[in-house]
Amino acid sequence: MKARPPTFQKFREVQAELDRSGSALFRDAEGIESLIVRYPYSVTYIHSYAEDSPFFLGLAEGRLRGSHCTTKGCGFVYATPRGHCMICGGPTEWIDLPKDGRVHSWTTCHFGSEAFLKETPYNLALIEFEGAGSLLLVRLKDAVESDLYVGMPVQARFEPNPKYSITDVWFVPSK
Amino acid sequence: MVTGGVTKFAKAHPAMDFRLMVKRAYDYALKEVPNLTADRIDGTRIAYFSDHFARQLKAASMVQDYLGMNPKGSVRIEWGGATGGECFQAGYEAVASGRMDVCLTAGFETMSRVPTWKGNEFIALASDTNFDFPLGGFYTGYYALMVMRHIYEYLRLNRFAHVKDEREAQRLAIAEGSRIMSLVSVKNHRNALYNPYAQYPKKLTVQDVLDSEMISYPITREQICTMSDGAAVAVLCSESVARELTDRPIQVTGVGCGTDTMRLADRPFGKVPLLPHESATDYSHLPYPGVHSFRAGRTAGIEAYRMAGITDPVHELDFVELHDAYASSEIQTYEDLGLCRYGEGYAFVERGDPFLKGIDYGFPVPRAGAMPVNPSGGLIACGHPVGATGLMQAVFAFWQLQGTIPKHFGDRTLQLPHPKRGAIHSHAGTGSSVTVSILERGFR
Repeated sequence: MKARPPTFQKFREVQAELDRSGSALFRDAEGIESLIVRYPYSVTYIHSYAEDSPFFLGLAEGRLRGSHCTTKGCGFVYATPRGHCMICGGPTEWIDLPKDGRVHSWTTCHFGSEAFLKETPYNLALIEFEGAGSLLLVRLKDAVESDLYVGMPVQARFEPNPKYSITDVWFVPSK
Repeated sequence: MVTGGVTKFAKAHPAMDFRLMVKRAYDYALKEVPNLTADRIDGTRIAYFSDHFARQLKAASMVQDYLGMNPKGSVRIEWGGATGGECFQAGYEAVASGRMDVCLTAGFETMSRVPTWKGNEFIALASDTNFDFPLGGFYTGYYALMVMRHIYEYLRLNRFAHVKDEREAQRLAIAEGSRIMSLVSVKNHRNALYNPYAQYPKKLTVQDVLDSEMISYPITREQICTMSDGAAVAVLCSESVARELTDRPIQVTGVGCGTDTMRLADRPFGKVPLLPHESATDYSHLPYPGVHSFRAGRTAGIEAYRMAGITDPVHELDFVELHDAYASSEIQTYEDLGLCRYGEGYAFVERGDPFLKGIDYGFPVPRAGAMPVNPSGGLIACGHPVGATGLMQAVFAFWQLQGTIPKHFGDRTLQLPHPKRGAIHSHAGTGSSVTVSILERGFR
């Protein structure tokens, strides 16, 4: 017979016990005991960038690509590329965006989801480009909270060892 | 609506899984209306946000099963943070279409089964996984980007327009915005002191809120709702059945829903869709929605108000329970719902309009009671078990309109004097989908 797992009245202690032995009992204020076990789960996806692929291939070549609507009378320019126009539904084609832009809005994240906690603090910024009708969300590096402001001129930088991720591009304050 | 029930929202309910939580809320609701027995329920609409949190797909079927509702018809509802609000409207539609006479709507979430930062990751998977998630996977970051622009549009370009130095002007505007967001946090946490269902009732000061941990500049911990375990149910009926079951039914007189682009970066810069009491000249130079406002919330409001015949919301609503996942989004939502003009949200808070009369907030609130918002304490203080939240608002609004807050809360402080009409507002990630429903007292 297996011994009953140890009982805890603080949920935090339950979590520590799960890391140690894989099971614990939690007794709540009303004296109800619940058996709690570890339940791991992981998965690796076969993720296709599909119609967004040329954008990510472009980053690896040091190109920042948006798209524009080819419908006459529409012509909306997207800084974050879209395969079809959200205004008129027409097809778009790829364009090169300028590598200089301005900060439309920004924040410094002191936390993040679990996968990104080790990278904190990091800055996020929405970038506006001359002639584009939409924005691009990126990391903003080489600047701290007190440096940043709406309207700040910034420039694109590209990852020399591309990972085929949106993080292959980031922006820095313009020189 | 003839009855409702809510479990106390908590950081964790280890002794209850989602089935038992819903059962508790369901039993509470049915006990209120003795003539409503399970056999009279024609079908259900059951809501939860994420399969990841409990690692149980088709969890709504398990709720249906546990409640003994088989083999009646049921549909699972999911629409991000607006899941609960959508579920309420799905129940409304089932009845209004004539398909059912009695529809049970139920929502739940168990968010305690994963660590907080893993939970943030699951929530952030509800952002574009090609372009947005890999940058940090963090919803508080997205809302910080939105409020930073809101502060720029309405405080920098308005209240601090006279300051010549651009960076100094922005610094002053952010400090002012942070202070006013903190007033909202104090309001909701202190309202919740009188709500026994609330997860985090607190007697905070503005300084406490400002001094709490910085999460994503300028948003601090006390300006953000938390992860919760909880469930809520609401029972909706045709008018004739409702009158048979209770002498205090609440009528759903308007429903509205709006949407917007998943990516903040794609939000257009167009014209403001106007409410009846507004005019185009109010906003002649305002690029809309950009990232400063929620076009989905405005769209949902327009539809719900039109259906309910509301032309001047601030004078025709007695209270609003709105989706304050962030203190910032509460202020932005005042404007979307026309409780004040775009740009007036900060002044609306400072004047005290959304505060309650008779509660000590630790600072003067000259117009307290003018337009009570989140009398229950909202998400910031009650918690946000996503699938339950929109239905929790429906239940709190239902009790307000019935005048039964003293009975259900065991305290009369939060009961508004004879409210006739209220709005509930449920909102998904960065305003990608929003519902507004109008509830009215259906008895004399």
